Amino acid sequence: MDLNEYLGLFLDESIEHLQAINSSLLKFEQKLDDEGVIDQIFRSAHTLKGMAGTMGFDGIADLTHEMESALDLVRSKRQPATPELIDTLFVAAEQIEAMVDDIANGGKGKRDVSETVARLKQFSNTSEETEVKKASTANPSSTFKCDVYSESVVKQSLASGYNVFVIDVALSEDVILKAARVFMVFERLQSLGDVILSDPTSDELEQEQFETSFRVLFVTTNTAEEVEKSIGAVSEVAAVTVADYAPEVSAEVAVTAIPEVSPVSPAAKEETEQGPVAAAKTIRVNLERIDRLMNLFEEFIIDRGRLERIAGDVESPELTETVERIKRGTNELQSLVLTLRMMPIEQVFNRFPRMVRSVAKDVGKNIKLHITGAETELDRTVIDEIGDPLVHLIRNAVDHGIESKADRLKAGKQEEGNLTLRAYHAGNRVFIEIEDDGAGINHEKVTRIAVEKGILTQEDAALLTPEEMSMLLFAPGFSTAETVTDLSGRGVGLDVVKSKIESLGGEVFVETKLGEGTIFRISLPLTLSIISAMLVQLQDETYAIPLTAIIETTSLKHEAVLQAHREKVFDFRGQLVPLIWLTDVYGLESAESEAYSVVVVRSGDRLAGLVVSQLIGQQEIVMKPLGSYLEGIRAISGATILGDGRVALIVDSNALLRK
Amino acid sequence: MEQKWVVFQLGENAYGLDVQSVRSIERLQPITRIPNAASYVKGVINLRGVVTPVIDLRTRLGFETLEETEETRIIIATLEHGDAGFIVDRANEVIEAQDVRIEPLPESGNAENAYLTAIAKGEKELFSLLDPNRLFEEIVHA
Repeated sequence: MDLNEYLGLFLDESIEHLQAINSSLLKFEQKLDDEGVIDQIFRSAHTLKGMAGTMGFDGIADLTHEMESALDLVRSKRQPATPELIDTLFVAAEQIEAMVDDIANGGKGKRDVSETVARLKQFSNTSEETEVKKASTANPSSTFKCDVYSESVVKQSLASGYNVFVIDVALSEDVILKAARVFMVFERLQSLGDVILSDPTSDELEQEQFETSFRVLFVTTNTAEEVEKSIGAVSEVAAVTVADYAPEVSAEVAVTAIPEVSPVSPAAKEETEQGPVAAAKTIRVNLERIDRLMNLFEEFIIDRGRLERIAGDVESPELTETVERIKRGTNELQSLVLTLRMMPIEQVFNRFPRMVRSVAKDVGKNIKLHITGAETELDRTVIDEIGDPLVHLIRNAVDHGIESKADRLKAGKQEEGNLTLRAYHAGNRVFIEIEDDGAGINHEKVTRIAVEKGILTQEDAALLTPEEMSMLLFAPGFSTAETVTDLSGRGVGLDVVKSKIESLGGEVFVETKLGEGTIFRISLPLTLSIISAMLVQLQDETYAIPLTAIIETTSLKHEAVLQAHREKVFDFRGQLVPLIWLTDVYGLESAESEAYSVVVVRSGDRLAGLVVSQLIGQQEIVMKPLGSYLEGIRAISGATILGDGRVALIVDSNALLRK
Repeated sequence: MEQKWVVFQLGENAYGLDVQSVRSIERLQPITRIPNAASYVKGVINLRGVVTPVIDLRTRLGFETLEETEETRIIIATLEHGDAGFIVDRANEVIEAQDVRIEPLPESGNAENAYLTAIAKGEKELFSLLDPNRLFEEIVHA
């Protein structure tokens, strides 16, 4: 196998490790002393380094090497983590990602990483300098054999201006209650400061497993004299010497040496990553195979429809029964095949913490991102497409939704803004919400701008409901930023977001409260390819209306059709709802009749009654694209192949209801 | 490689398409009308599970429409943006390049000539070479 064949594997794994690094970095930032998280980053960096080295991607190898060195210092408590270090690690991860991207696009993955490398090196070096300096100024001093944890405590204490002493305590040779004396000494010490370590250990001391003297490493704000005096006062203490702590020379050597870490064995890795939770066994499957399986299954569904039709014609009980069994079997198979294509939205969400962090930094805001429901699963096709619209909405929330620090304080809020990203299933749809606790949408301002930009007239604006005013944000050519920032003003408006989501069969809603915040809610179908639909007849043509859009089907007497301002409407549960003759929409003759079959559909908060010639019935259909040659056909979202092999078009009710 | 053309008829006129761009030649089958599309867009067919657009070449090239016959065929071509078909009166032969001479188009103000690239002249036959991609440009009414 030559290197090229490894490339796919390298890319897959690099992306996984980068995701792991990114999410761990964010946790690390929250909790600087979480060893598990540091370990995780260290391991991922280490694996990346190994792979990149083998593949000859030096930039990645250099960066990961330095990340590893810096992290090892933190991991072994020789150097506390600093915000600067985390920033640098973020930058490094970003650069690695860019290089991996480049490689994925056929590039060489080259990039100038010297600055980041230098910054990481600098971090690793400061650790040596401080210790050397300390050692040379200490006087009188004494060493203490420390573990790495204690060492870092000592370092932090010294850095914060505490005194660190090595105290030798000798008890009288004839002491009777050794443990009691030790207890008293410790009690006094604890009233003065903190005992970090003792030699022998406190357990051994308690069990009197020592001769007559012991040594403690002690952190305090008091002076050596005060400590000495206090302890000397304990009965049966023969001698006390208090000396400044000096790090051991051997520890110093360990700092400068680059730690060689043996690769973690796969089994051990699994265990640490997943902890006590028993993980389901998984295998990697090429996406292409799943897509092929899906295509084959779609063919099968079409044939099943054909079979059902034949069975209906033949009326043989045996055939009908068999077809019925096939139908049940394929239904199960369908849900299985569909779940194969489902992926947790985590994949998409993963990139947002870092993005929010950097965007917030750019605009000088302090924003905390909360993510819930990252495990919510969605069809892969949707996952692939939903990222960009979400990026846009999140940037929008950070940029425009959440107020500046000053404004927040003025409004009596916490300086730190909150952004919540939420995903959940409800019915056969998936909802994604982006909620901020910002200023809310100023309807007056939004409407004014919309009128100024000629999106609607002053008269029309006066008639808008608050919801409709919010939706103006999504109108083409709208942008509320009064000062064009780096983030907005990129010429792409939220209208693009809306049309993208609609092309996925989804919808966007906005909920807002002035002064309290805004929620952008996206509703998406669980899956795109196989959907339930109502088949209807328009003259002699068959069309499919997705069931997700349908509220109900009803029959309407001719007299029940009302005329309102040149529009035909009908009374649907006390609400006047416009009627749309699909025959008109699709260029067919509309015939008057005694009664009409009406399919009531909904898009957002808008309802309409679609008048059809005849209802045929409900069926599972496989959505097929019309192809790029027929892309912009009005009010048609795709096609499907019916049981008889003919093509039926799918009605795009969202487009029909859009004004 | 030897160049070959699939030659087909629209009435008395013969046209040729590079054999490389022809995927298959199909008998006439049910076509689903596409509403609000250009007049020459016949609709879509189910081509072995793929929804494929089909245009009426007669209408596209400005000929009068004709009743379909037993000989009517749909030529499926592989184009820039996917497969697409066009309806012809008859598709009969494949002609090799060595049998013909390629000549430039004669000057004419005929708008339909925009879809042609050259004229091929053989001993007996004479046919115009079509650029199938141009046939499918802008097939949707804005």
